[in-house]
Amino acid sequence: MTHWIVAPIILPALVAPFIVLAARYHIGIQRVLSVAGVVALIAVAASLAWQAADSTTTLYQMGDWAAPFGIVLVADRLSTMMVLLTSVLALFVLLYAIGSGWDDRGRHFHALFQFQLMGIMGAFLTGDLFNLFVFFEVLLIASYGLMIHAGGNARLKAGVQYVLFNLIGSTLFLFALGSLYAETGTLNMADLAQRVALIGPEETVGIRVAAVLLLLVFAIKAALVPLHFWLPSSYSEAPAPVAALFAIMTKVGAYAIIRVYTMVFPPELESTAGLFDVWLLPAALVSLALGIMGVLAAKKLDRLVAFSVIGSMGMVMISISLFTPEGIAAALYYIVHSTLAGAALFLISDLVRTGRANLDLTPQPVIAGNALTAGLYFAAAIAMAGLPPFSGFLGKLLVLDAAYDSALMIWIWAIVLSSGLISILGFARAGSILFWKAHSVETDEDRGLGVRPAALSYAAVGGLITLLAAHTIFAGQVHGYTTKMAAQLFSPEPYISQVLETPGKLSKPQEGDH
Amino acid sequence: MELLVASAIGVLTAGGIYLTLRLRTFPVILGISLLTYAVNVFLFTSGRLTIGAPPILQDGIDAYADPLPQALVLTAIVISFGMTAVVVMIGLGAFLGSDDDHVDDLPGERSQTDESASEGTS
Amino acid sequence: MSLFFIVALPFFGALLPGLMNSAGRAATAGVTFTVTLAAFVGLLTNLPSVIAGEVVMARVDWMPLLGLNFTLMLDALGFFFALLILGIGLLIIAYARHYLSRDDNMGQFFTYLLLFQGAMVGIVLSDNILLLLVFWELTSLSSFLLIGYWKHLPEGRQGARMALTVTGMGGLAMIGGMLMLGQVAGSYDLSVILQNRDLIQADPLYVPVLILILFGCFTKSAQFPFHFWLPHAMAAPTPVSAYLHSATMVKAGIFLMARMWPALSGTPEWFMIVTTASLVTMVLGAVIALFKHDIKALLAFSTVSHLGLITMLLGTGTAFGVMAAMFHILNHATFKAALFMSAGIIDHEAHTRDIRLLGGLRKLMPLTFFIATLAALSMAGIPLLNGFLSKEMMLEEANHTVLFNMPWLVPVLATVGSLFSAAYCFRLIGHVFLGPVRDDYPAKPHDPNAGLWLPPAILVVLVVVIGTAPFLAEPFVKMVTASVLGDTASVPKAHFKIWHGLVPALFMSIAAVVGGLLMLSIFKPALRLWDATPRPEAKPIFEAIVESAVSLARAVILPLHNGAFSRYAAIGSITIVAAGYHAWSTGAISAPTYEMQPAGIVPFAGWLMLVAATFGMVMMHRNRLLSLILIGIVGLMVSLGFVYFSAPDLAMTQFTVEVVTIILLLLALNFLPNKTPIESSVLRRVRDTGVAIIGGIAAFGLSYHYMLRDAVSAPISEFHLANSYKGGGGTNVVNVILVDFRGFDTYGEIIVLSIAALLIFALTETLLGGPVRARLVNRKPDQLRAGNTHPMMMVVLTRGIMPVVLMVGFYIFLRGHNEPGGGFIAGLIVSIAVVMQYMASGFGWASARLRYPYHGVIGAGVLIAGLTGIGSWFVGKPFLTSDFTYVRIPPFEKFELATAALFDLGVFLAVVGAVMLSLESFSRIARQAGPDNSEHAMDIDPSRDDPARALDASAKEAV
Repeated sequence: MTHWIVAPIILPALVAPFIVLAARYHIGIQRVLSVAGVVALIAVAASLAWQAADSTTTLYQMGDWAAPFGIVLVADRLSTMMVLLTSVLALFVLLYAIGSGWDDRGRHFHALFQFQLMGIMGAFLTGDLFNLFVFFEVLLIASYGLMIHAGGNARLKAGVQYVLFNLIGSTLFLFALGSLYAETGTLNMADLAQRVALIGPEETVGIRVAAVLLLLVFAIKAALVPLHFWLPSSYSEAPAPVAALFAIMTKVGAYAIIRVYTMVFPPELESTAGLFDVWLLPAALVSLALGIMGVLAAKKLDRLVAFSVIGSMGMVMISISLFTPEGIAAALYYIVHSTLAGAALFLISDLVRTGRANLDLTPQPVIAGNALTAGLYFAAAIAMAGLPPFSGFLGKLLVLDAAYDSALMIWIWAIVLSSGLISILGFARAGSILFWKAHSVETDEDRGLGVRPAALSYAAVGGLITLLAAHTIFAGQVHGYTTKMAAQLFSPEPYISQVLETPGKLSKPQEGDH
Repeated sequence: MELLVASAIGVLTAGGIYLTLRLRTFPVILGISLLTYAVNVFLFTSGRLTIGAPPILQDGIDAYADPLPQALVLTAIVISFGMTAVVVMIGLGAFLGSDDDHVDDLPGERSQTDESASEGTS
Repeated sequence: MSLFFIVALPFFGALLPGLMNSAGRAATAGVTFTVTLAAFVGLLTNLPSVIAGEVVMARVDWMPLLGLNFTLMLDALGFFFALLILGIGLLIIAYARHYLSRDDNMGQFFTYLLLFQGAMVGIVLSDNILLLLVFWELTSLSSFLLIGYWKHLPEGRQGARMALTVTGMGGLAMIGGMLMLGQVAGSYDLSVILQNRDLIQADPLYVPVLILILFGCFTKSAQFPFHFWLPHAMAAPTPVSAYLHSATMVKAGIFLMARMWPALSGTPEWFMIVTTASLVTMVLGAVIALFKHDIKALLAFSTVSHLGLITMLLGTGTAFGVMAAMFHILNHATFKAALFMSAGIIDHEAHTRDIRLLGGLRKLMPLTFFIATLAALSMAGIPLLNGFLSKEMMLEEANHTVLFNMPWLVPVLATVGSLFSAAYCFRLIGHVFLGPVRDDYPAKPHDPNAGLWLPPAILVVLVVVIGTAPFLAEPFVKMVTASVLGDTASVPKAHFKIWHGLVPALFMSIAAVVGGLLMLSIFKPALRLWDATPRPEAKPIFEAIVESAVSLARAVILPLHNGAFSRYAAIGSITIVAAGYHAWSTGAISAPTYEMQPAGIVPFAGWLMLVAATFGMVMMHRNRLLSLILIGIVGLMVSLGFVYFSAPDLAMTQFTVEVVTIILLLLALNFLPNKTPIESSVLRRVRDTGVAIIGGIAAFGLSYHYMLRDAVSAPISEFHLANSYKGGGGTNVVNVILVDFRGFDTYGEIIVLSIAALLIFALTETLLGGPVRARLVNRKPDQLRAGNTHPMMMVVLTRGIMPVVLMVGFYIFLRGHNEPGGGFIAGLIVSIAVVMQYMASGFGWASARLRYPYHGVIGAGVLIAGLTGIGSWFVGKPFLTSDFTYVRIPPFEKFELATAALFDLGVFLAVVGAVMLSLESFSRIARQAGPDNSEHAMDIDPSRDDPARALDASAKEAV
C-alpha cells in the first residue's frame, strides 16, 4: 500500500497550516519551509511519474472505500506528468518570488502558495468529479489570495472581476454536477464512463446538456473564447510570480477536458455526438486568432503576455479538439511548452518593470541589466511565437501535422501559420521598443538606471528558459511519451477496471460494477 | 411539487442573473448569492424530492432520502460561504481604495490608477 | 570531420566571443576566425569523398514520430555553398575586426555572426526538410539581430523588423509547403523526395506546394515583389551587408530552388512563376540600382538584379541553365563581396557613401580603386573577368527561352537588364573614382591598412583567375551542376571558354556594354526623368501596412476587453445558455418515469414567499439594506425547504451560514454606500431582463426534466445508506458521508474556509498598511450612530446566553455522527455566540478577553484534520480511513469513539477559526473608522461612578 500518490496533495496541505501556525511573522522561515516543501514535491512527483511511465495506473482509495462510493486518486501517465510539470514550475516561480521580494509585499504569500499547489495537484490526481470541484475551489480561492497579494487599486478591481467571473464558473460547475448525478447517479469518472455508455438513444437530452455544461466549465478555466474575458486583466494585474504560476491554471482546464472527454464522453459515443465536436474547434481557432491579435494590439507588456497566453491556449485547444491520439499527443507536448514559455514571459515582464516607471510600450530610458533582460526576452518571445530553436516551433509542427486529416485542415493551417507571423510582428515590435529604442532615449539623471533585479530572479528565469531548451532537445523522447500517453487515454478500459474492480472496505467484489 | 421546486429554481436563477449583470459590486454579490441558492437547490433535487424521510438510519425504516446530494450541497454551501466572504472583502477593499464600487473597470479610470498601482507594488 | 561538427562548431563557438568580450578585440576576432577556420577545414576534409561523387551522410533521430530527424547530407551542391559561406565568412571576419569602431560591442557582433553562419551551414547541409526549416528560420532570427546591430539607429531597427517580417512570412508559408510536400512524398528526407519527381508533380497538391515553397524562396532571395526588404537591410554594418547579400542569406532561397530543382522544376507552373518573377526582378533591380546615390543601396539593388538573373536561369528548367546559374553564383559571390567591402572602405575612410559627394578617389586611394574597379567591371560583364563568362552563358540561355510564346521577350529583357547592370557598374567606377579630386570630402580619404583591403583583394584575384582561365573552375562547377540535376538530366557538354565565336550572346553583351556606356553619358537627364516619375516607396508602405494591422487589432481587441464586467458576464451567460440549448434541442427526449407529487398549501405558501422575496430583491435592489433583509428571507425559505424535503443537516447549515453571511454583509455595508444609483439605460435593463429570463427558464426546464426521471442505474448512495452504520459507525448518513465516505471533500472544504480567512486577514493587513488607513480614520460616518451603541440589556443578555450557546454547540458537535449536526454546524453556532459578544460588548472589550489567536485555531484545525487522515497510515490503511469502537464506562450507557470524530474536531476548529478571523478582520477595519475603541463593555455603566463623562463621550460619538 503506497501512500505516495496522496503526498503531492497532503504535503503542501501540511506545510501551509504549519507556516500559518508557527512562522507567520518570520518571512525567512516561511521561505525555507516553502522551498523545502516544493523541492520535496518535485522528488515525489518525479518518482510518481517514474512509476507511471510503464503505463501502470496506480489507484488510491480515500478512507479505504472502493470507487465509486468513496473518493479515489488515480495516478496514470497524464496526471503524473501534469503533477511533475506543476511542481517544477512552482520551484522556479517560488525562487523568483523570493528573489524579487514579491513574497514579502503582503501577508501569507507562502501559505497561499502552498494551498494553491495543493489545489492544482488535487485537481490533477483525483478520479472523482465532485472532488475535482472541491479542488477547483481550493485552487481558485488560493489564486484569489495570490492575485490580490500586495494590494493596489487596479489589482483589487481586477481581482473583483476575476473572483466574480469564477464564481459564475463554480455555479455552472455545480449545475453540471447536479445534472450528471441526476442522470447517472454517480460521481466517479470511471463509473460515469460505464454508466454513460448505458444511456440509450431514446433519452439523450439529459446527458447531452450535462456533457456540454461540464465542457463549458472547463472551457472557462482554459480561457476559451468567448469565456476568456476573466484572463487578460487578472493575469496582467496579478503579481508577476503569481501570473507565472497561473500559467498552469489554464492547463488545468485543458487537462480536465482531455481526461473527461476521452474517457467519459469519448468522441465515438453516440449519445453525445454532434455537440462539442462541432463547435469546439472553431472556438479554439477564434481563441488563437483573438489572442494573437491581442499580442499585436497590446499597449502594455504584461497585457501582451496575457493575450499570448490566450493564443497559446487556443493552440492547445485546437489540437485537443481534433480528438485524435495524434492531436492529444501534440496538445500535451504543447501544454508543457506553453506553460514554461508563458511563465518565463511573465517573469521577464517583471524584470523589465523593476527598471521602468511602468510597462507601457513607449520608449523609456535603458533599464538596468538591459542586455541580459533583452536576451531572455528574445529567447522567451521566439519560444512563444513558435520560432526555432525552441519547442514552440516543434509543437506547431506537431499540431499542423496532426491536423492534416481534419475537415477544417485549411482553416487550421491558415490560422496557425498566419498567427505565427502576427505574433512575430507583435513581439518584435514590443522588444525593439523596450530594449532597442531605449538606446536613443537618454537616461534622466535623477532616476539613473534604476535597480538591477536580483541574481536569483535572473536564475529563476534562466532556469525556465533552460527547461524550454531541454524540452526542445529531448523533443523526440517527450513526444514519444505523450504519444504513449494519448494511446493510454484512448483505451481507458484498464484504467476503468482498475478503478472499479479494486475492492475496498465492506465492498464485496460484485458490488464494484453495476 | 416538482413544478414548484423547479420554478423556484428558475426564479432564483433569473433573479440571480439579473442582479449579476448590475453595475455595482454589492448587487452583483447579492446576485451571485441568489445563483448559489438556485444551484444548491438544483444539486439537492438531483437526488429527487423525498418528504419526511431524512437519511438518519432507524430500525424498521428502509426508505430514506438520497443522502449523497445532501452531503454535496452541504459542502457547496460551506464553500460558497467562504467565497462570498472573500468577494465581499475584496470588493470592500477595492471600494475603500478608490471610493468607487463599480464592478466595471473602464479604461477611463484605468490609465490613472495604473501608475499608482505599479508604484504601490514595485 | 563529421558533418555534425561542421554545423555545431559555429553554434557552440558563438558563445566564445560573447564571453571573451573583455579579453580585447583582437582576441575576440581571433577566436571567431579560429572557429570558422576549424569548420572550414573540417569541410575540406570531406572534399575527396565529394569529388568521388559520394554523398556524405550523418544522422541522429530527433523526433522520429514526426519524421523530423537531425539528418545531414553533404553532396557537391552543399559543399559548394558551405564553401562560400565559410570561406567568405573568414574574409568577412578578418575585415570586420578592422572595420568595427572601438565603441561597438564586438563580442556581441561576432556572436550574432557565428549564429548566422551556423544557421546557413545548417541549411545547406540539411537532408531533412523540416530540419532545413529550423535552420531557415534561424537565419531570419540571427540576421534580425545582425541588421539591428546598431540599436540606436532607427533605420537599423526598422530594417531589421522588415527583414524579419518578410522572411519570417516566407518561412511560415514554407512550413506549410514543406509539410505538404512531406505528406505527398511520404517522407521529409530530401534523399527520398528528390527520387519522387513524378509522384510529386502528379499530385493535386503539387501547385500549392510549389507556390508555398517558392513564396519562401522569393522572400528570402528578394525576388519581385518581395525585393523591398533587402535595401533596407543595408542599415547593418557593412561587413554584415557584404556577408548576407553576397554569399549567404539571399543565396539561401536560390540554394533551396536548386535543391528542389529535380523534384519541382520542369513543369509549366514552375517555368511561368519563376521565370516571370525573376525577369521582372532582374530588370527592375538593375534600373533602380542605376539611380541610387548611396553606394551600398546601389550594390543592394544590383544584388537584387543578379539574384533575379540566377533565379531566371533556374526557372528555365534546362541543364545548361542550371550550370550557368551555379557558375554565376560563384562569380557573383566573389565580385559582390569584394564590392561591398570596397564600399565599406570608402565609407570608413571618406565617412560618406553618397556618390554625389565622392569622385576622384582614384588618386587618393589607388589600391581601393584598383580592387573595386576590377570587381565592378566583372559585374558589368567585361571579358577576362569571371562575370563576363557566366553572363554570356545567361544570354545564351535567354536566347533559347520562350515566355508567353513571344520568342523575343526573354532575350530583349535579358539584354536590357545587363545593359543597366553595365551602366551602374560604370557609374560606380566613373562617379566615385574617376573625375577630379574634390576638396569637400567629409574626411580626407586614403588607402586603409591591409586588414581592410586584403580580404577584397583576395576575392578580386579569384575574379581575375577564373575570368582568364575558366577551365580551372569548369570541373568544379560541373560537379556541382551534376549534383543539382541528380538523375533528371545529364550535365551539358559545353566547355567554359572566353571566346565562343560570333554567337548571338556575344552581340547581346556587346550591345549591353555599349548601351551601358551610352546610358551613363545621358545619366543626368535620365536621373531628372527618374526623379520626376512617381514611384511607390517600399518602407512607408510597409510601415503603413504594419501600423494599420496594429490599429485594426486595437479596434477589435481594446473595446472588447475594456473591463466591462457586466458585458463579460452577459456574453458568458448567453454562451452557456446557447450551448446548453443546442445540446437540448439536438437530443432525444422520452416520457417522465415519475409521477409528480401533490403539493400542499404549506409548501405553496413557502414558494410564494420565496418568489416574492426574490422579485422584491430584483425590484428594490437599489435599497441595499432592504435587499439584504429580503435575501435573508430567501435563505430562510430555502432552509425551511430543506427541512420539508427531509434534509435537516442542510437546513441547519443553511440557516447558520445565512446568519453569519448577513452579519458579514452588514459589516461591509457599514462602509459601502447604502443606495445603488440608477446608471444602466432602460435598453440595458431590458437586455439583462431578457438574459435573466432565458437563464431562468433554462434552469427551470433542466431541473424539472431531471426530477421526473430516474438515473440510468441505481445511485451510489444506496451503498452509503447500506454501509453507513456498519462501516462508518454512524446513523446520520449525511454526516458519515461528510466525515468518512467522502471525508476528503470535507478536508478540501475546510481548507477553502481557512484560505478564505487567511486571504481576508492578509488583505486587511495590506489595506490598513496602505493609504486606505488614512481614508478610514478621517472618514465621516454617513448616518448618525445611536448614542448608546452597546445597550446594557443586550450585553447582559449575550453574556448570559454565551455558555448556553457553547453548550448547544458542543452537543450538536457530539451528536453529529448519529443525529443532524456535526463539526461544521457546531463551529458556526459557537462562532455566532462569540460574534454576539463582539456586537454586544464591542470589539475592544471582546478582543481584550480573547485568549486564543484565530490563526492558531485555523492552523490547528487543518493540521488535526490532516494528521487524523495520516494517522490511518500507521495501521496500513489509506488516508482518512476511519475506525471506531464502542466503550462503556458504567454507569453511563455505551458511547462511541470514532477517528471520524477527531477529524470532525479538526473541522470544528477550522470553522471557528476561519469565521472568527474573517469577522475580526472586518471589524478591525470598522474599528479604524468607527469610534468604538472603548475598553468598557457598556457605554452607560451604573457601576462606573461618572456617567456624565460616558454620556458626553457617547454624545461626541454621535456627531
